[in-house]
Amino acid sequence: MLTQALFRALDKKALILVAILILVAVAVPASNLLLPADNPFRLPNYAVPLFGKYLTYAMLALALDLVWGYCGILSLGHGAFFAIGGYAMGMYLMRQIGTRGVYANPTLPDFMVFLNWKELPWYWLGMDNFAFAMLMVVLVPGLLAFIFGFLAFRSRVTGVYLSIITQAMTYALLLAFFRNDMGFGGNNGLTDFKDILGVPVQATSTRAALFAASAIALALAVLACSMIVNSKLGKVMVAVRDAESRTRFLGYRVEYVKLFAFVVSAIIAGIAGALYVPQVGIINPSEFEPANSIEVVIWTAVGGRGTIIGPIIGGILVNVGKSYFTGAFPEYWLFALGALFVVTTLFLPKGIVGLIGQYRAATTKREQHDRDAPTPMQVEAGTDPQPNPAE
Amino acid sequence: MTTDKTGTMLYLDGVSVAFDGFKAINNLSIIVHPAEMLAIIGPNGAGKTTMMDIITGKTRPDDGQVLFDGRTDLTRLDEAAIANLGIGRKFQKPTVFESHTIWDNIEMALKKPRGVFPALFYVADEADIARITEILETVRLLGRKDDYAANLSHGQKQWLEIGMLLAQDPKLLLVDEPVAGMTDAETIETAKLLKQIAQTRSVVVVEHDMSFVRELGSRVTCLAEGAVLAEGSLDQVSANPVVIERYLGR
Repeated sequence: MLTQALFRALDKKALILVAILILVAVAVPASNLLLPADNPFRLPNYAVPLFGKYLTYAMLALALDLVWGYCGILSLGHGAFFAIGGYAMGMYLMRQIGTRGVYANPTLPDFMVFLNWKELPWYWLGMDNFAFAMLMVVLVPGLLAFIFGFLAFRSRVTGVYLSIITQAMTYALLLAFFRNDMGFGGNNGLTDFKDILGVPVQATSTRAALFAASAIALALAVLACSMIVNSKLGKVMVAVRDAESRTRFLGYRVEYVKLFAFVVSAIIAGIAGALYVPQVGIINPSEFEPANSIEVVIWTAVGGRGTIIGPIIGGILVNVGKSYFTGAFPEYWLFALGALFVVTTLFLPKGIVGLIGQYRAATTKREQHDRDAPTPMQVEAGTDPQPNPAE
Repeated sequence: MTTDKTGTMLYLDGVSVAFDGFKAINNLSIIVHPAEMLAIIGPNGAGKTTMMDIITGKTRPDDGQVLFDGRTDLTRLDEAAIANLGIGRKFQKPTVFESHTIWDNIEMALKKPRGVFPALFYVADEADIARITEILETVRLLGRKDDYAANLSHGQKQWLEIGMLLAQDPKLLLVDEPVAGMTDAETIETAKLLKQIAQTRSVVVVEHDMSFVRELGSRVTCLAEGAVLAEGSLDQVSANPVVIERYLGR
C-alpha cells in the first residue's frame, strides 16, 4: 500500500526535482570544501549558509503551498510554525553553550541568569538532547496546527476569516515571545550558539553539512507533498479548494481533510525553521511578524501555487532578489516586493510556473492549428479554455 | 399524519423551517418508498431546494420529523454523515470538480471509505476501474475520460454529475433539475436513465420541465409556499384547479 503510494509520488517532475536537490546537496558543499580558494568554481564561505537559508525558505513556501495552493486555505500565519521549529532548535543550541556563556552557568542560558532565575523552566528540560529537541521541532508546530485547525475547521471558518485568525495567531505568538517571562529570551531571542552535535556551528564543514541537510530535507518534503497531492486525498484536497460544500455532499469530512493538510504543512514548516536557525545563527520574536508570513504568500504566488516546483522557485528567486536589492538599493526593497505581488496577481495568476505552462499550451495549440487547420472541429477543440482552478 | 414509518425510504412529517420569519417550508409531509420515483413540481420559491437542503443536512428544520430508511433521524446528522448513509444529491446548478478529469470526478465519488488515510493510500483495483468505466459508459463520457470537467458542456456536466451519483451507490437520489440545458434527445435519455435507476433505488426529482415529468411517468407532488398543494399522477395533479391557479396558470 505504502510502496504503491510512494511509487505514484515519484512522477517524472518530482523525480527530476529530487534528483536536482540531491545533486545540489552534494555539489555545493563539495565545491566549497574541496576546491582550492583560487578556483573560480569554488563557492565562497559566506554563500553556503546564505544558499542554505534560501532552501529553508523554499521549504516553508512549499509547506504553505500544500495548504493554500492545493487545499485553498490561505494561511497568513505560516511563519509561526517556522519560528516555533526554529525556537525548538534554538533551545537545543542554547543548552549546548554550557559554561562558555558570559555567566558560565552550566545549565542556565545567560538570559535566565540575567533574569535571576534559579532553575530551568520545565519546558526547557530535555532540550539538551538532540533527538528530543528534534522531536519537539516536529511535535510542537504539528500540535499547535492540530488544535488551531481542529477548532477553526470544525467551526467552518473559511476564506478571509480564516486568513485573519491565522494572522492573529502569529501576532499573538509574537507578543508572547517578546515577554521575558516566557523564558525564550524575550526581545533578543536565542543566539550566540556554539556547538551542534559536538561540532562548532560556525565551522565551514558544519555549514556545508547544514546546507546538505537543508537540501535533503527539502527533497524529502517534495516527496511527501508529491505523494499527498498525487493520491486520491490530494484530489479531494483540490476538490475542497474548488467546491467545498460539494465535497461534503460526496461524504468527505472536509474538516479532517483540511486538518491533515494543515498539520503536515506545519510540520514541514517547523523542520524548515529548525534548519534555518543554525545557518543564520539567531532566532528572535521578529520571525513571528505577520509581515514575514505574508512574504511567504508572495513567494508562493510568484513561483506558482498549486504546483510542487512553483513555491520552491518562488522562495529561492524572491529571496535572491531580496538579498541583492537590500544590498544595492535598501530603501526600495519593499516597493519592489509590493510591485512584484501586484504584477503577479494581475499578469501571472499562476506564477512563473504557470507562465511556462501558458507558453507550452500556446505552442502546442499553434502546432495543432498548423497541422490540421481545415477541420473546424479541431480548431474549436483547440480553443477550449484551459481548466483554471478557482480561488 | 398516521402513516406507518416502517418500510419508507424517506419520511418527512410536519417539517417547517423559517428564514428571518419567512416560512420557506410550512408543515411539509412527504413519503418516498423504496425503489420508487417521486417527481416534485411547483413554482419558484415553493421550497423545493430548501426541502433538499433539509434532507441532506445543509439546513436544520425548526420543527418536524425527517427519517431515512424508516429509522435514522436526519436532522441530527451533518452533510458528510448523511451522504455516507446513502443519500446522493445532484444540484440545480451542475457542480462538478472542474480542475479534475472526468475519470477523477467519478473516482472521488466512488463508494469507498471516506477517511483521510484510506484516501491517502487508495489505489484503484480492477473492480473499481471496471465500475468507473461502466458508469462512464452509462453517462456516455467514456471517450472524454481524460478531459477536464471544465471543458464539458452544460448538459454533459449534468450527466457527469448523474454519473457521480451512480458511483456513490446511494439508496436515495435527490435530483434537482437534471435536464436544464439539455437538448430534447438528451432529456429523453435522462428520463430513461432515471427510470432505470428507480427500479432499484428511490429517486426524488425536482423539475420544471413538464414534458420531462410526463416522460418519467411517476407519482407527482406539487409544492407551493412550502407545503404540499396536490399529489397523484401528473394528469390528476395538472387537472387540479388549485394547481392550475397557483402554478400552471389558467
